[in-house]
Amino acid sequence: MLIERRWKKWVFFYIPLTIFVLGTLFPFYWMLVTAIRPDAELYRSWRAVNNAPFWTVQPTLEHFRDLMEKTTFPRWLWNTFFIAVISTGISLACGLLAGYALARLKFPMAGALGTSIFVTYLVPPTLLFIPLADIIRDLQLGNTPWALILTYPTFLIPFSTWLLMGYFKTIPKELEECARIDGATRFGAMTRIIFPIAVPGILSAGIFAFTLSWNEFIYALIFLSSPERKTVPVGVVSELIRGDIYFWGQLMAGALLGSIPVALVYSFFVEYYVTGLTGSVKG
Amino acid sequence: MKNPIAGGAGRAAPVEVALPHSRASQRRTLTGLLENERFLALVLLTPTVLILGMFIAYPFGMGVWFALSSISVGNPGHFVGLKNFVKAWNDSIFRIAFWNTSVYTFWATIFKLVLGMWLALLLNRHFRGKRIVRASMLLPFIVPTVLSTFAWRWMFDPTFSVLNWTLYKTGFIVTKLPFLSNGDWALWCAIVVNTWRGMPFFAITLLAGLQTINTDLHEAASLDGANGWKRFWYVTWPLLKPVTVVVVVFSIIQTFSDFQLIYVLTGGGPANSTHLLATYAYQIGVAAGLLGEGAAISLCMLPVLFVVVWIQLRYLRRLEGA
Amino acid sequence: MAQVMMKDLNKKYDEVHAVKDVNLHIRDKEFVVLVGPSGCGKSTTLRMVAGLEEITAGEISIGDRIVNDLPPKDRDIAMVFQNYALYPHMTVYDNMAFGLKMRKFPKTEIAKRVGEAAEILGIQELLKRKPRQLSGGQRQRVAVGRAIVRHPQVFLFDEPLSNLDAKLRVQMRVELKRLHDRLETTAIYVTHDQVEAMTLGDRVVVMKDGWIQQVGEPLELYGHPANRFVAGFIGSPSMNFVEMTVADANGALWADTPGLRVKVPPASAARLGPYKGQRVTLGIRPEDLRVATGADAADYSFDTVVEVVEPLGSEILLDLKAGPNVIVARVDPTVRAKHQDKMRLSLHPERVHFFDNKTELAI
Ligand SMILES: Nc1ncnc2c1ncn2[C@@H]1O[C@H](COP(=O)(O)OP(=O)(O)OP(=O)(O)O)[C@@H](O)[C@H]1O
Ligand SMILES: [Mg+2]
Repeated sequence: MLIERRWKKWVFFYIPLTIFVLGTLFPFYWMLVTAIRPDAELYRSWRAVNNAPFWTVQPTLEHFRDLMEKTTFPRWLWNTFFIAVISTGISLACGLLAGYALARLKFPMAGALGTSIFVTYLVPPTLLFIPLADIIRDLQLGNTPWALILTYPTFLIPFSTWLLMGYFKTIPKELEECARIDGATRFGAMTRIIFPIAVPGILSAGIFAFTLSWNEFIYALIFLSSPERKTVPVGVVSELIRGDIYFWGQLMAGALLGSIPVALVYSFFVEYYVTGLTGSVKG
Repeated sequence: MKNPIAGGAGRAAPVEVALPHSRASQRRTLTGLLENERFLALVLLTPTVLILGMFIAYPFGMGVWFALSSISVGNPGHFVGLKNFVKAWNDSIFRIAFWNTSVYTFWATIFKLVLGMWLALLLNRHFRGKRIVRASMLLPFIVPTVLSTFAWRWMFDPTFSVLNWTLYKTGFIVTKLPFLSNGDWALWCAIVVNTWRGMPFFAITLLAGLQTINTDLHEAASLDGANGWKRFWYVTWPLLKPVTVVVVVFSIIQTFSDFQLIYVLTGGGPANSTHLLATYAYQIGVAAGLLGEGAAISLCMLPVLFVVVWIQLRYLRRLEGA
Repeated sequence: MAQVMMKDLNKKYDEVHAVKDVNLHIRDKEFVVLVGPSGCGKSTTLRMVAGLEEITAGEISIGDRIVNDLPPKDRDIAMVFQNYALYPHMTVYDNMAFGLKMRKFPKTEIAKRVGEAAEILGIQELLKRKPRQLSGGQRQRVAVGRAIVRHPQVFLFDEPLSNLDAKLRVQMRVELKRLHDRLETTAIYVTHDQVEAMTLGDRVVVMKDGWIQQVGEPLELYGHPANRFVAGFIGSPSMNFVEMTVADANGALWADTPGLRVKVPPASAARLGPYKGQRVTLGIRPEDLRVATGADAADYSFDTVVEVVEPLGSEILLDLKAGPNVIVARVDPTVRAKHQDKMRLSLHPERVHFFDNKTELAI
């Protein structure tokens, strides 16, 4: 009986879970191994007898050095970071104000406005990139970070508004009513009482928005052209592939370094991120 | 002294003057206006409405105009009616792209749902190191898609594929598999990568749903003699359905409009056989500069997205009504 | 000076007419309690005084200012909420100081006032804690403290005690009463608990469906309810009502119904004259009934059968039947009674109430 139960636990739990973990993490391991492997070892036919692809005997940092010295990778990192932080900031600010208004204030058309913001939340960037490119050109923002700082909020604001609106609704109304009686204006009650209480919600929305901006690709691909202005995803795609030649060592080094900042932010705020993630789809 | 209470407590309040006195004038000032609920709502919503209007509603309208005109880079174009759509319809690559998008969305969503649900059920149990496992399972979703897709592309490399090596060494194959060099294979590779990337989202969201389910229900069901599968089917699944619907809708929208994964993994190749609507629109509209035709192609996503969003809204309404 | 006047006050939500033509003059330093069943518009009335709800029609003035258009912060009032509404991210001290800070009081004055209030309420040791580290009773005190530091013109309370357990509620009730005697600030207090209303209020306002039913001192409401609703609402257990016919016999008026026949007391006889031959409702409180002895006049006595006996220690509640009529009596703990016992009861002739069946007004 006990034996059978243990056997069942292996088959139905440990083995599947292990496969999930290995499958999920293997590509990252592969990035790492590739990034620290010398070129000579890298480009060896898959049938070569002495090929041992899962590890390397001569780890090297040469790809990282090339990445830092021969490309503008550090610039890309900074650009991505800068753009992600500013657009997250803008989106949070808008989302806070709009989410508060939708959650708390009574005004005509409130329902319709809430619905339309939700609908814009579901509009994918790939539907709009062609006309948007034209608008960016007209505004003469092409090839500047502002092109992205202004367009990323289009998918970040609806999401943050939605998330924060849900959060505000969980805060008792009496708190701000009491503050208003205590001498605060409506606006003051919002900023001094409601916003501080909503900090966990704001963090969730912020972390999630940050990872979304860090991830964004198509707008960055279309709106930016000069190498030193690019973000990490676009830089890696366009600068580490010359014609048909892929610099796999550098590519993987770049992929690794480009992932680490988000992974770090994420690992510090896992719980907030998960709240943001699950909240982002809640009705 | 208009405040007798201070005296009542035995000590007069010396700061009575600090109380605001000039009240009548306040209605007219900005702070006065901000006390008005409607005015405040207007102020709070303006930035959002402006940005969303400027960068979503306006480009959307413009996209519709583009799709109906012959505009291209450097040529303002003129109204051509539905010509762009007709042209797309007669274009075999467009048809392939549309078909690909549907296949890609359908299977990737199914796989993500099934595997995500399975993973969620596994993670819902108690075991040592659960937190770290859960956290690491989300990594594919966190890391920029473009970057992780490169790792996959490298794993699928025609000459240096580690997958081929493994399968060969373990005796499963005698000659290498044409992962990305064959159109059908390549689309399935993309589906695998999309599943790998999107499954954590399903798993974590469904896990959150699972955790809200009262465990008493499970116990009641297991006392009834229901085995694990039945328990899932009759107890867990019905309760999880609302979350699932929402997650699936989100996933469909994202998968259907996907761009970056194909752009990096196959670039639409080999021989334009793996284009999705978004990558093909990019190729026509941006790479070739035919803005009108490109806009028409990406607008072809709209009906499908519209139906999905409509279902979602109705579903939300129904939940609210209940 | 800090009187509160409500003139023809109305509040309409989209479909609900929550407050109807309320006229009320609350005098300076008075403690007025609004009481009534759930949904009768008490909170809405209070919230209009606070400025939290717009006034649909009518006028409110506090002191000598009309406040209809003043935002809450400028009305110089303080409010205590049912769920306390303590700011969770601030310490107790900061919670209490918030209102003073908003009004730009100097730091020393703030510290002094918070200290005073904390002393009055016995919460000095709690000042550094966050609200979530407090018990329900302590939160309650902090909420009251936050209201009194400001020395406002009017205190508003919206069911401040209903989240406390029964024992604590009685204790806080006494403390609130003492506090009001000490601070002498006008107070409006909302509750649906008539015991709270009776014990706390200088005057009590009974509301129903948005209308004021009666305004008066507690004993006035108890002794002379203006209508059947007030009569039934005030007092626990509530008044017994029996529909009866007024009849003329032997030169006196009698109230008559199957199983129950009593003489109309002389005090009411004149007013009941016009109702001869008509049906009216007789009301008698359980405490105005007693077990009949030989000394009691037969005219005011009747026979009943005991249905249920509820001994409460200091008294016994009897559920009885007089014919088909159900009657509750509150009798001495020495009375021995059991199910199906026959018992003759006598009512207190001066405390019988009669109500018009149509208007429900007291006759
Ligand atoms: N914001 C609102 N919108 C619509 N109707 C409302 C609103 N607030 C209150 N009402 C309605 O107004 C009526 C009076 O409500 P109010 O809160 O004043 O009752 P109450 O006497 O305080 O009851 P309780 O003892 O339950 O607190 C109720 O019928 C209620 O449903
Ligand atoms: Mg109420």
